[in-house]
Amino acid sequence: MDFSSFLLMRQEIILLAIILLLLIAEIFIPKNKKSSIVHLAIFFFGIHTAVGFFAINECSIFGGSFQTNNLIHFFKNVLNIGVFILLLQSADWIQEKIVAQDKGTEFFILLFSSLLGMYFMISSGDFLMFYIGLELSTLPVAALAAYETSKRISSESGIKLILSAGLASGISLFGISLLYATSGSIFFHDIIGTISASNLTILGFILFFSGLSFKISLVPFHFWTADVYEGAPISVASYLSVISKGAAVFILMILLFTIFKPLMHVWENMVYVIAIATMFIGNLFAIRQQNMKRFLAFSSIAQAGFILLGLISGTQLGTATVVYFVMIYIFSNLAAFGVVQAISSKTGKEKMTDYEGLYRTNPKLSLVMLLALFSLAGIPPVAGFFGKFFLFTAAASEGYYLLVFLAVVNVTISLYYYLLVVRAMFLRKGENPIPFFKNKLYMRLGLIITVIGIVVLGLYSPLYEYIYELSSIYN
Amino acid sequence: MDVTYTILIPLIPLAVFLLLGIFRQKIKPAVSGIIGVAGLSTSTLLSFYTAYQYFFVHGKVNGVYQAIVQKTTWMNFTDTLHIDMGVLIDPISIMMLIVVSIVSLMVHIYSIGYMKGDDGFTRFFAYLSLFSFSMFGLVLATNLFQIYIFWELVGVSSFLLIGYYYTKPSAVSAAKKAFIVTRFADLGFLIGILIMGYYTGTFDFETLNAVNPETGELALNWASNSFMGLSVITWALLLMFMGGAGKSAMFPLHIWLPDAMEGPTPVSALIHAATMVVAGVYLVARLFPMFYFVEGGFALNIVAYVGGFSSLFAAIIAITQTDIKRVLAFSTMSQIGYMMMSLGVSGYDGHEGVGYMASMFHLFTHAMFKALLFLGAGSVIRAVHSNYLKDMGGLRKYMPITNITFLIAALAIAGVFPLSGFWSKDEILVAAFEHNMLLYIIGVFVAGLTAFYMFRLYFGIFWGKDTKYKHAPHESPTSMTFPLMVLALITVVGGLIHFSEYVSADRVGFEAHLNIPLALVATAVGLTGIILAFVFYKKENNLADKFSNAFGVFYKWTYDKFYIDEVYLFVTKKIIFNLIAAPIAWFDKKIVDATMEGIGNKTVVISNKIKGMQSGKVQDYAFGLIAGVVVLAMVFIYLWTN
Repeated sequence: MDFSSFLLMRQEIILLAIILLLLIAEIFIPKNKKSSIVHLAIFFFGIHTAVGFFAINECSIFGGSFQTNNLIHFFKNVLNIGVFILLLQSADWIQEKIVAQDKGTEFFILLFSSLLGMYFMISSGDFLMFYIGLELSTLPVAALAAYETSKRISSESGIKLILSAGLASGISLFGISLLYATSGSIFFHDIIGTISASNLTILGFILFFSGLSFKISLVPFHFWTADVYEGAPISVASYLSVISKGAAVFILMILLFTIFKPLMHVWENMVYVIAIATMFIGNLFAIRQQNMKRFLAFSSIAQAGFILLGLISGTQLGTATVVYFVMIYIFSNLAAFGVVQAISSKTGKEKMTDYEGLYRTNPKLSLVMLLALFSLAGIPPVAGFFGKFFLFTAAASEGYYLLVFLAVVNVTISLYYYLLVVRAMFLRKGENPIPFFKNKLYMRLGLIITVIGIVVLGLYSPLYEYIYELSSIYN
Repeated sequence: MDVTYTILIPLIPLAVFLLLGIFRQKIKPAVSGIIGVAGLSTSTLLSFYTAYQYFFVHGKVNGVYQAIVQKTTWMNFTDTLHIDMGVLIDPISIMMLIVVSIVSLMVHIYSIGYMKGDDGFTRFFAYLSLFSFSMFGLVLATNLFQIYIFWELVGVSSFLLIGYYYTKPSAVSAAKKAFIVTRFADLGFLIGILIMGYYTGTFDFETLNAVNPETGELALNWASNSFMGLSVITWALLLMFMGGAGKSAMFPLHIWLPDAMEGPTPVSALIHAATMVVAGVYLVARLFPMFYFVEGGFALNIVAYVGGFSSLFAAIIAITQTDIKRVLAFSTMSQIGYMMMSLGVSGYDGHEGVGYMASMFHLFTHAMFKALLFLGAGSVIRAVHSNYLKDMGGLRKYMPITNITFLIAALAIAGVFPLSGFWSKDEILVAAFEHNMLLYIIGVFVAGLTAFYMFRLYFGIFWGKDTKYKHAPHESPTSMTFPLMVLALITVVGGLIHFSEYVSADRVGFEAHLNIPLALVATAVGLTGIILAFVFYKKENNLADKFSNAFGVFYKWTYDKFYIDEVYLFVTKKIIFNLIAAPIAWFDKKIVDATMEGIGNKTVVISNKIKGMQSGKVQDYAFGLIAGVVVLAMVFIYLWTN
């Protein structure tokens, strides 16, 4: 291994460099100009996102601890785009609320550190690297969840996240040690050769799986989700539901399709049961929610249940549909959170009843929300429809007809509560509707990109074919 | 020949549509008019450039015009069956490009004057651009599915334009009627396409139409299934023709066309005279080899008779109508019937294919003079603020340019030498004479009727009684008279084009000759019609009333369009609503809805019951997490092992 192979970690190194640059900038920017850190961070991250599109070689370095290939690289780019949109959407909030408390730079540093953790997690080649990545991606978010220190509920959310996450990673680590005990190695490529369906291995796998399920908020590891989303700042809730969940789904998929492939007869049943439970619990709870953030929390739990349909098929088709769906989910959910963010930061209103009559006062915002909800619900021709359709196709092609049927039932339930919001916005006349306001440039940009994503991903089929091609490595 | 640039012809109007649509409130009306005209001018120039390149430079190889196709695959089903997107350049698509671009450009210019001061000016131009985009796309389509997509888009933009005055209930219901009737017809079209795709394994026009030069039959192979005595392919063609008949207002799917006159007059000129309504003719022409060769041209015969009957039927109704736009609407239906009839009696190669050529020729000339008639009518309506003949008369003194151009168009449609209508109509009658005597006689009779009702209209508007107007009518602005003059010029000289050398069924081209005896017969019949109209309507007299009284009931029937609308109403309201829709509605409400509502109510109940799970206490959450792990471990290690 020579130094040129460091270039294969380009994404990680650039992101680390950005973190360091921001730290230095924090020192040199005078106190009254602190808000410029937002522009700086967005600028740097924009470049990072753009540079990410240069192709990268397939490799495995540091004795196999770190590996990457085109699909992983592609997924990192997807995460980058998501974070970039998130930055645009939260820029105003940071400038107005956070910079005033002189905590602007830390916000970005913590956020980027967490993203860095995700990079390492999805690129990991052994359980040690995986675990470090997992922790690095979780811990800063706990700090971020408690970021609005003046609000009690925000601190509560931080505490709940750190406690639950601690428990989950403890379980996960226990699982990893059992797997090490049975296979004698922490390297994925060693484990693939030795893994067998002994009871101890299965126990280790279940523990490990539970830890990751916590991050994806699958039932019954989902309890923290709603409380944390409700208390945390919207950007952080959005980050948890979109980026963090996306990355965890991705690594779970890779591990299930590679090292745990020999255990498929065990985990396919598990995923089957958990998928059904997750879809139903998420949807049943979402029906009753009045707070938009809690509402989106449960909706994102239900969406995670749908994703499992792609995992269960365990083929190239499954891989492609999961990646495609996650991508669409990122855009749709970011659009929904973006609108909630915009409204909340202008008026502080987060209840569904506050949205009544929104179309009359803010038609553009309500149209973005409409598109996002349609995409989440899977109404053609927006992207979400194709995402769900392909997932169902993948599950059906492996013969899981009952599961697909239950999923369709759940789509119907979800349609009901997504349309509740639409009804509030378009058909109800609010008593005191949210007055008209104009969004700033960054927010507008952030919303426009999501809208383009929702529309284009649904119509531009070569993208799916590209993903399908990339997915051939996990066939 | 690289024809990639031709995709710009539809894409430019699309860009204009998006621009005007998105920035509707920010663009000043004057600017939006200029943007619309500029966009369409570019498309027009490109169309002419394409035509020049094709016909005079690259198109002909070994004496045969080649079809130039450029496409990409959009959706794959099997190796041969896929949906492509692309452009198909051949003589008829270029001819249509020219027609659509000229008429659309003229209508754009005309609308600047006609729609001036209207609140929805920008919206109107946006819709016009959307329509132009769809129509260009339809013309350039390379396969059945692509043409179907644009076919529906054309329908949507027509719906938007007919219902443009959306505060007028009559306009709204007319828009709905047009959409529903054509959609109903399109159902047939879609089924036809699917049958065709299923049995032949391709949607591609060039593959479908390929003729084997050795056997002189279609090169395509298909499973020879038959249904009710006809091969499935014939059924597919008939179903597709149903779609075409809907769009082209052929009997009995014509009922939407007269009502569609509720739209602004430039719209009627563009969509319901020159472009969209000939889409059905274009479709049959596009698939002509299939229509001709499959089962000895059974489907083609149907086309001929439907066309002939519609042409006669509409011409009779046109005589009695008093709304000038409706007269023109029925006249359009009648002339399109002519085109269909002409396609129907056509052969395939050499001079045998004269009907095909004549149909396309008539499509071209008719588009010009019918657009001119509509635009002229628009100019008149704008001057007297009424659609009805009773409010008009003696307008020649006030509106000289409109008068002259309208007269030219009326002479052309009546088939007077040497205007363009004379040449194309003559070729149609030649084709009919050579193949089907009955249809020839209908054709000649319709020619006489056409001349009569057209001059009834002309004399009624510009001569006749000296109406006292509240405000003295005056000639329209230049933006409106300019398109009139351009179209009049094309109407005068259009007949001199040697159409048969460029457009023919086998794409080889042939020399067409004027058949002097037939031309004399047609001219004589036409002149008779004109003279009769002259006697009846030149000066105010009661001759016409006497005649209509003499016909009595028959006149009343004709005036009420033979009660076809009422038949439809009876069938839909009494039969379909009561006997089919009502039971289905009951089933839907009591069985389907009730089940769904039951599920919904149960869902809410369950949702309420389990809300305790989310207590807000971290201890409970931790318990849930551990319990989840334990249960999973128990189940999957001890109970559910396979």
